[in-house]
Amino acid sequence: MFRTLALVLLLAGLGNREPGTGNESQTGSRIPDPGSRQAPDDQILHVLNRLTYGPRPGDVERVRAMGMQKWIETQLTPSGIDDRTIEARLARLETLTLDSQTIQRDYAAPAMLERRQRKAAAGQNADADAPMRGPVSEAIKKDRAVLTDLEEAKLLRAVYSERQLEEVLVDFWFNHFNVFAGKGATRNYVSEYERDAIRPYVLGNFRQMLGATAKSPAMLFYLDNWLSSAANARARGRSNGINENYARELLELHTLGVDGGYTQQDIVNIARAFTGWSMQPRQGSGFMFLAPRHDRGEKIVLGHTIKAGGGLDDGERVLDIVAAHPSTAKHIATKLVVRFVNDNPPAALVDRVARRFTATNGDLREVMKALLSSPEFLSADAYRAKVKTPIEFVASALRATGADVRTALPLARTLKDMGMQPYFCQPPTGYDETATTWVSAGALVSRMNFAVDLSKNAIRGVRVPLKEEETVALKIGSPEFQRQ
Amino acid sequence: MLSRRVFIKSGAAAMIAVGFAPSFLARAAAAAGSRKKLLIAIFQRGAVDGLNMVVPHGESEYYRARPTIAIAKPGTTDGALDLDGFFGLHPRMAPFKPLWDRGDLAIVHATGSPDTTRSHFDAQDYMESATPGIKSTHDGWLNRYLAASGLMDRNPLRGVALTQQMPRSLQGAAPALAMGSAGEFTVADMGARASFEEIYDAAKDRTLHGTAAEAFDAMKMLAKNTTSAYSPSNGAQYPRTPFGQALQEIARLAKSEVGLEVAFAESTQWDHHVNEGSSQGQIANRLDDFSRGVAALAHDLGDRMADTVILTMSEFGRAVAENGSRGTDHGHGNAMFVIGGGVKGHQVYGKWPGLGVDERFEGRDLAVTTDFRVVFNEVLGKHLAAKPEALAKVFPGFSATSNLKLF
Repeated sequence: MFRTLALVLLLAGLGNREPGTGNESQTGSRIPDPGSRQAPDDQILHVLNRLTYGPRPGDVERVRAMGMQKWIETQLTPSGIDDRTIEARLARLETLTLDSQTIQRDYAAPAMLERRQRKAAAGQNADADAPMRGPVSEAIKKDRAVLTDLEEAKLLRAVYSERQLEEVLVDFWFNHFNVFAGKGATRNYVSEYERDAIRPYVLGNFRQMLGATAKSPAMLFYLDNWLSSAANARARGRSNGINENYARELLELHTLGVDGGYTQQDIVNIARAFTGWSMQPRQGSGFMFLAPRHDRGEKIVLGHTIKAGGGLDDGERVLDIVAAHPSTAKHIATKLVVRFVNDNPPAALVDRVARRFTATNGDLREVMKALLSSPEFLSADAYRAKVKTPIEFVASALRATGADVRTALPLARTLKDMGMQPYFCQPPTGYDETATTWVSAGALVSRMNFAVDLSKNAIRGVRVPLKEEETVALKIGSPEFQRQ
Repeated sequence: MLSRRVFIKSGAAAMIAVGFAPSFLARAAAAAGSRKKLLIAIFQRGAVDGLNMVVPHGESEYYRARPTIAIAKPGTTDGALDLDGFFGLHPRMAPFKPLWDRGDLAIVHATGSPDTTRSHFDAQDYMESATPGIKSTHDGWLNRYLAASGLMDRNPLRGVALTQQMPRSLQGAAPALAMGSAGEFTVADMGARASFEEIYDAAKDRTLHGTAAEAFDAMKMLAKNTTSAYSPSNGAQYPRTPFGQALQEIARLAKSEVGLEVAFAESTQWDHHVNEGSSQGQIANRLDDFSRGVAALAHDLGDRMADTVILTMSEFGRAVAENGSRGTDHGHGNAMFVIGGGVKGHQVYGKWPGLGVDERFEGRDLAVTTDFRVVFNEVLGKHLAAKPEALAKVFPGFSATSNLKLF
């Protein structure tokens, strides 16, 4: 009963008012009007909506008691937040702490062997589309757990971690440096990738995160750089010549942005600089530099000359150049402002955040502070201007209802049906974060059905402790709840 | 079932507005007698290698540039399926051969964008907005067609994407839907559904209000016109893949007389930078799914193909020469398929620029000799009979100076 009331109260606070400009056709930049300033609790709700996966019953009161600024500061230093509850919930997911080599050796390889044997046994007549027949063996089950553990952990953390801003940022930066678990062996490296290349840096240094992703087996495999070789390298087997895939996405997506000012020749030269940056998928190895594959010639990259005769450091030099490029500051600032403030990012705010990025050499905690302390972040235009993405919707529904999640796999399936399966975004762009992509008739119908199922406790592994199911369904499926 | 009464009671009475009866229902029912023309657009996302899909086997440069991934000449083991003595289909595209032989399949080669970007995202954006080089265009070309050709028609089932996200091509002011499948497009709990309809109808949030109105209209229409089980006609067999299932849903909608005029589906995973394969391997498996799916759709639609065009596209082609890892990097010109009873098929359209290094775009890619908008324009103008004023709205700043005479 308490929770019911809390929920109603919580949502009633959101009201049925016109959201901020978002993608609506309201024109002109509105001058902040002191008369329309939000009540303090509205500000707290706004902050909770953007910096967490949605407010839980009682969160507004807790933040009010602590003081909003103090609460934001706490979230910006996640190591200081006691998070033993989530650690206990994740303890059963045994693959989360393993390295890629162990996953390759003990999980992927035995399952692959078994799949081959089954395929051979099925013979030529096997239907290519048919799912594998017969009981699922231990080896296959174990292999599947590599991905399902990750998906479960993502959802459980989103719902239960007290370090909410960190989780939101891990989602943002994984998506920024996206890898696709569906591409061959990439699936064996994703756990390590998120844990070691993304998570430690989300409030740390951008150049360090960039370097960690560049050397991660996941990125080396997903964007093919592990095979890239100098044109005349006497490399073994199939590698002879550059592969442009990583070089292009490094500039277009990870750093400068598509209009950041680079040429096809820059891409070719960057690809040459990264020749020899490799790994060995069959061993599940970490980063290796294969000197015989490296193009030792001179490279001119974005106007900088990288002298002939270099090795591993040619790639490091490129990362230094692109991380410090003004277009990178602007690109990262724009993406953060779109994620945290508004689908139509205010130009003045982007400039300010970009300047902070440059001034601090990409200190992401400082960059976040600049963003969160800006008047634009708390402005009326930003208030409820964002439509939730599917994961934001699902996680916020579970948080708002105080749901107990015993297994998150059916929820991962829900996200897949909504077009946002975690770790399975195929293009390197990552999932879009704006309303135009996520508002569609099909998406709304899925959300309404999810709301009804949740209210009836019809989702396996999830229990909502509410008795007034009608109220819950209606609130979670309402237009107001689709926004944040 | 949750009781509707309770829903309304607990759902804030202030939100309840006067219900509306969608008038398009009556109109669409009346129009069902005269069969509509249908355009099915298929996007191959990730940039398919058009040179291994529609193989210029008459070019010796093709074989020089691709020592390990070229498709062998027709008549050899796993060779291309010859079309006209110069071009051939990838051997795994055998399901397309009967369409070619019947004269229902036309190919436009060396087509693409006047914009030179090799970014997947930008190139898809430009093709779907049909305004290459202009990022500020808000809507997609198919939505602009719907808006310009049927201002009075608010039927959201005129334009349907069988995708989880609304594709750029169909985004815009005209009603259109994206749905995973027609069968699952409902809120089964009638009490909840009625209450949701009321609160969304009362919502001031224009984006969500409008989208929900389209959703509920479409639900009513689908409930009236479709049955839960669907079996394809003429023994058509769709691949049991997401792409195959999306195409089957399109056939189901096309046959249920709900006013479908533009449908959209997508085929993914064409970005083969490594081990692309040739007659076997990655691209072969993707082309197998693609061609079996499209052929099943044509087969299933049967005599409806007289009123249907299936148009395929991909954001750009791939470099002429294979790269250092037996794959292909991003390129420029590509090939499109145009399939339908009214299409003058059995012909490869467009000026072939050649594959010699001097003939390539920037010395590396297949050059573009036909702007993709020429093809779009012709399909809308000739097949869907869009008027010149409508075409001017769909393709702002572009007037097709050439005409391929595809119809």
